[in-house]
Amino acid sequence: MRAAALLRAGGVAAAAALLLLLAERTLNEYHLRLLNVVGINVILATSLNLTNGFTGIFSLGHAGFMAVGAYAGTLLTFPVARKAMLQPDLPRWLAQVEWPFLPALLAGGALAALAAVAVGWPVLRLRGHYLAVATLGFMVIVQVLATNLDRYTRGALGINGIPPYTTLWWVAACMAATLVVLRHLLGSGVGRALRAVRDDDLVAQALGIPVARYRLGALTLGAFFAGVAGVLWAHLITVISPGAFSFLLTFQIVVMVVVGGMGSLSGSVVAAVLLTLVPEGLRRLEQGAVVAGLTIPPLFGLSQIVLACALVLVMIYRPEGLLGQAEVGWRPLRHLRDLRQRRLPAREAEERG
Amino acid sequence: MDLALYLAQQLVNAVTLGSVYALSAIGLSLVYGVLRLINFAHGDLLALGAYAALALLAAPRLPLGAALLLPVALVGAVGLAVERVAYRPIRRAPEVNALIVSLALSVIVQNLLVMTLTAQPRPFHLPPQLAGLLLLGGVVVSRMALFTTALAVGLMTALHLMIRRTRVGTAIRATAEDRDAAELMGIPTDRVIGFTFALGAALGGFAGVMLGGQYGRIDPFMGFLPGLKAFVAAVLGGLGSVPGAILGGYLLGFGEILFVGLLPPALSGYRDAFVFTLLILILLLRPQGVLAGR
Repeated sequence: MRAAALLRAGGVAAAAALLLLLAERTLNEYHLRLLNVVGINVILATSLNLTNGFTGIFSLGHAGFMAVGAYAGTLLTFPVARKAMLQPDLPRWLAQVEWPFLPALLAGGALAALAAVAVGWPVLRLRGHYLAVATLGFMVIVQVLATNLDRYTRGALGINGIPPYTTLWWVAACMAATLVVLRHLLGSGVGRALRAVRDDDLVAQALGIPVARYRLGALTLGAFFAGVAGVLWAHLITVISPGAFSFLLTFQIVVMVVVGGMGSLSGSVVAAVLLTLVPEGLRRLEQGAVVAGLTIPPLFGLSQIVLACALVLVMIYRPEGLLGQAEVGWRPLRHLRDLRQRRLPAREAEERG
Repeated sequence: MDLALYLAQQLVNAVTLGSVYALSAIGLSLVYGVLRLINFAHGDLLALGAYAALALLAAPRLPLGAALLLPVALVGAVGLAVERVAYRPIRRAPEVNALIVSLALSVIVQNLLVMTLTAQPRPFHLPPQLAGLLLLGGVVVSRMALFTTALAVGLMTALHLMIRRTRVGTAIRATAEDRDAAELMGIPTDRVIGFTFALGAALGGFAGVMLGGQYGRIDPFMGFLPGLKAFVAAVLGGLGSVPGAILGGYLLGFGEILFVGLLPPALSGYRDAFVFTLLILILLLRPQGVLAGR
């Protein structure tokens, strides 16, 4: 059994590597970048689903955690010579570090996780929309700090010329790691406990689940992946500024989670792919175009509006999202689906009552 | 400048800022009271009001009163429409759904403004009757601030009386208390909710006009932070309570001005961080607000 699983994992990895190689050889720079963005968004959406969908912590702070990761990663990899020029006020210990990418990725994630512990410890006592507003408040605080700690962040100017370390390989590896960790976690007893916390925290408490610890754990792990995604993003775009980690970014990730289905990892993956590519197509329209002799004026913001309208429609007509809590995929996922079905009677009773 | 004068000046600034927060907090709090909904798009209604006022103030031969009141009515109408189209269909859904819809509405309003009017900030020129500064015993007050603050205080008093004394007010309170019971008592709760939404939006629109007049420039994203701060103000006073929202608005105005005015200037960039740290503290220590109950 064990050997078969290993063999299959190896097969999947080899196939993926082949595909990546093919993509890297054939795609142009724009499409390659788009693919990277898709991968980063998959990490962001699935990790946010861990908190918002599976654990029932409706957080709006994901962009904040991403920002922490992005700035931390950038400060660690930024070339010493350029630091001396652009950020002369950095403390000595930071001015003299120039880390390779992997430790910077992990450090970015770890710092975001640390931020999650610091914020989550007080804030997770809140429920529902109070929690949503408090986490949004955290996001604003991160933005204010990024704007004002100009010794480290160069303030509103932002940092540019970040080494372009992010490649398709890094993104794919991080994405795979995220998916594997989340899938195994959510398929295990921990996953069941998290769902119990979401569905009824009093009952969960009565069953002996340490609710507070699980909620904090979920927020922290979600933040870790958001931090990693932030580092990847910074080293892909090579420019970061406080304005980039805004409410809009949080909103985009939330849309992916909600449209895909809160409580469905595959839903988040599908939605992340869809909601990255469709707006990108619409973005061409934003520049204005001539279609069949008709001149379309530039429509800046169109892609955002379409995204938002889609969200409203989903909320009205299919509030559980595209996939609800279902998963698609092979055996380990079927396990998740069985769990869901076992839970169904309870849900129906709740809806009736 | 001597200390007394400095403090008086800061007091004036605090009251002016507090009026904007109070006005916008009422709208949020009213809507929360009847729908248990935190309307993230509330701040964008402020922006809408400011843009409408900008357009109408520029219109030739429109009386000043009309140019200031029409935007308010317009934003009220938008509020009514939004409730009908977006919120009513999901009224029985879990609260998080309404929250998500309000996020989407916020993005829609912001981007519609960007699309039609560009993201470029615009100067908000005041009409000659409201432009200029007054010197009251050494304290500088802008005419606009004086006028709108007076109007805001008047409006808030009227609103408070309306909620407490009139039939509509009773219906609103009944709907907020228990929607199903109110429905059974023959209160048309759908209409009450629509009306409350329109009222809240209209007040937000007025707050937007004030905001535009005070900063002298407006942009499509101008409402987002004030909208969030209105929530902080509403929570500070007790979410769902009109007097609470007013008190919370002024408290927040004073708090912000104190933070900026008394601490070293190097820290003033952190004022928004201060506001949201305050929010988290209130939520934890006294989530029912300064005025518990209503």
